[in-house]
Amino acid sequence: MGREKIREFARAVFASHPTFLDPEAAREAGYADVVAPPTFAVVVQEQTLAQLLGEPDAGIDFSRVVHGEQRFAYSRPIVAGDELRATLTVTSLKSLGGNAMVTAESTIVDASDAHVVTATSTLVIRGDDA
Amino acid sequence: MTATPEFDTLTVGEVVADTSVHLTRDALVRYAGASGDFNPIHYRDDVAASVGLPGVLAHGMLTMGLAVQPVIDWLGDPGRMVDYGVRFTRPVVVDPADGATVTVVAKVGQLDGEARTARIDLTASSNDATVLGRAQVRVSLA
Repeated sequence: MGREKIREFARAVFASHPTFLDPEAAREAGYADVVAPPTFAVVVQEQTLAQLLGEPDAGIDFSRVVHGEQRFAYSRPIVAGDELRATLTVTSLKSLGGNAMVTAESTIVDASDAHVVTATSTLVIRGDDA
Repeated sequence: MTATPEFDTLTVGEVVADTSVHLTRDALVRYAGASGDFNPIHYRDDVAASVGLPGVLAHGMLTMGLAVQPVIDWLGDPGRMVDYGVRFTRPVVVDPADGATVTVVAKVGQLDGEARTARIDLTASSNDATVLGRAQVRVSLA
């Protein structure tokens, strides 16, 4: 996780807390480098979701996908310099009035395999008639 | 740096933060670049219209991302946020000239005295309509 990528993301979500932007302030608060805003984990999760949605076998038409819910459960914040690994699991599949609902959970761990954050997305895939 | 809020002084229903963010089209383009989400419904009127949308929409993740910021400022330390979840109930339509304003009010929803955690409930609205459902942040004040 690069420092400038995190700062770029922080500015894009209107984050103003100094630990997101200023390495000195982050160190004073006890972090090794700038901290990533809570929703930054979506950038990591996105790469696993893209693999799922891009699977030809998945048969998912991207233009029909709507983001229904999102959740992040943190053990610790992401910090610049982290090496993260994400594993995606499809935890629920439901069919609802012509639409499909997919819940996918990405477990994100650091270089020592310690849990950092679990990001859970519920995607609604609209059916042909919806 | 802001002091950590005192758990014992919090009361359910208390407003701990509120803010208003004005979103313009360039804010959407900036978020697209920062997040890597280049879905054209977030910057092209013709594409938004062709899929039946009322206009170009803000990324749901942008709304989610900005809505939690006043809570972080109140907490004084992003590490105290342990859980954050939302439902995307209504899109934020961003007018090309006038943009859109998102207002966020954060209230104490529940207090757990044993764990010393608080559930902060966010109300995010734009054009007098709420745009996020069940937007809840769990924070640790131990």
